[in-house]
Amino acid sequence: MSTPSYRELSINGLWKNNPALVQLLGLCPLLGVSNSAVNALGLGLATALVLACSNLCVSLVRGVVNTAVRLPAFVMIIAALTTCIELLMQAYTYELYQILGIFIPLITTNCVILGRADGFAAKHKPLVASFDGFIMGMGFALVLLVLGGLRELFGTGSLFANMHLLFGPIAADWQITVFSNYKGFLLAILPPGAFIVLGLLIALKNRIDQQLAERAKALQPEAPVQSRRVRVTGVIE
Amino acid sequence: MILPELSRSITKNALVLGLFAVVTVGGVTLLQQFTAERIQASERAAQLRALNEILPRDSYDNQLFDSSVDVHDPLLGTRRPVPAYIASNGGKPSAVILPAIARDGYGGAIHLLVGILADGRIAGVRVVGHRETPGLGDKIELAKDRWILGFDGKSLENPMASGWAVKKDRGDFDQFAGATITPRAVVAAVHRALQYFDAHKNDLLEAKTHSVAPEQALPQLTEPGEATIHSRAGSAATRDDLQTTEPQPEQEGNRP
Repeated sequence: MSTPSYRELSINGLWKNNPALVQLLGLCPLLGVSNSAVNALGLGLATALVLACSNLCVSLVRGVVNTAVRLPAFVMIIAALTTCIELLMQAYTYELYQILGIFIPLITTNCVILGRADGFAAKHKPLVASFDGFIMGMGFALVLLVLGGLRELFGTGSLFANMHLLFGPIAADWQITVFSNYKGFLLAILPPGAFIVLGLLIALKNRIDQQLAERAKALQPEAPVQSRRVRVTGVIE
Repeated sequence: MILPELSRSITKNALVLGLFAVVTVGGVTLLQQFTAERIQASERAAQLRALNEILPRDSYDNQLFDSSVDVHDPLLGTRRPVPAYIASNGGKPSAVILPAIARDGYGGAIHLLVGILADGRIAGVRVVGHRETPGLGDKIELAKDRWILGFDGKSLENPMASGWAVKKDRGDFDQFAGATITPRAVVAAVHRALQYFDAHKNDLLEAKTHSVAPEQALPQLTEPGEATIHSRAGSAATRDDLQTTEPQPEQEGNRP
């Protein structure tokens, strides 16, 4: 299997094959903790870290593990890494750890992680694999952050409240009150709000893709040379 | 009969998996050893911050975590012994921080800490865990609203028993627009904690104290994370552990 370039990997992870918007993986934490920007960012970064480390480890052991036992082996790696992250969060960001609660151990069951481990890391070199894990994790964290930010904004009228839970005392006054005297919009904070906002984000992404495709189509006759280089491999990753 | 090849591959796979288990568990164990002290310190610091919000740090001179008494009483709503903290100044007991649970909250039990000075006045009340509706019932948190500060300085005589209710029930305490059940539950729980203190004042203040194990230092909900996530506010699961001692209040008051 050919090794994709870092640029391709980045575009895939952040946009074309975004775990949250396109693959729709890991929705449980995505919807569960996205009620404020700080919760979303905390879990997003933790997931990205686990994803990058697990891809690295899986790629390192890819020659040792037989196909028959690869899944239990990968799950063991992921579970161990998640436990490590949980311990570290408990030690250094205790209050955030309490807020995120059950969603930290649940990172283990996030399908994005096992999916990337088995689908990508097991077939690629460590450096490429860990970059893919990192960028996929960033794609996930970014959607989580946008979702959390939007829900916090619509729900409470402010943004980035309680950031000190993640970044320490420096971030205590990062809160931006966008609408002062805002009555609050309950639906945005409650779980249904997560589904609605995620749906809108997916729609927005598809709309942008559509427009890009239309523009590319309109440009095509002027650049016929490029079309010859298009290749379809037919492999779904 | 097992083919020799198959048996060889089974042995190999089992060994590989076993090796993985040893390495991963070893890694986690090492990290746990390494972080254990730090985690305990963080837990203590977080709990002490909660206690110091109720009793200012300069109002007592003992170690709160080293002077606790286990309390357990229907008036406090606790079903098993939970630590209460005795603060003292210059060797004289000056205040008590009692754990109290309001089991008749809108979304389930509301866990409170009630600080009471030796003379019976309230030093402060804080909510440490609840599942009330975000945006309505969660105004009992100091982070959301200053309502909880309204208890400061109150006692059993101020106001008298009839005043220990929300204004809708002709009491002295405000309710929130759209939420009556939550403040009603909190006011009643604080009142009961005061009654408990009044009845057991001498036992509490002269009790032989002991230090408290970190994992039971503060009252906690059964699932810790739920307390602030609110994702299950008002769900069937939390309804089950409601134990209403008073007649079931009407429910429409808290609907968004």
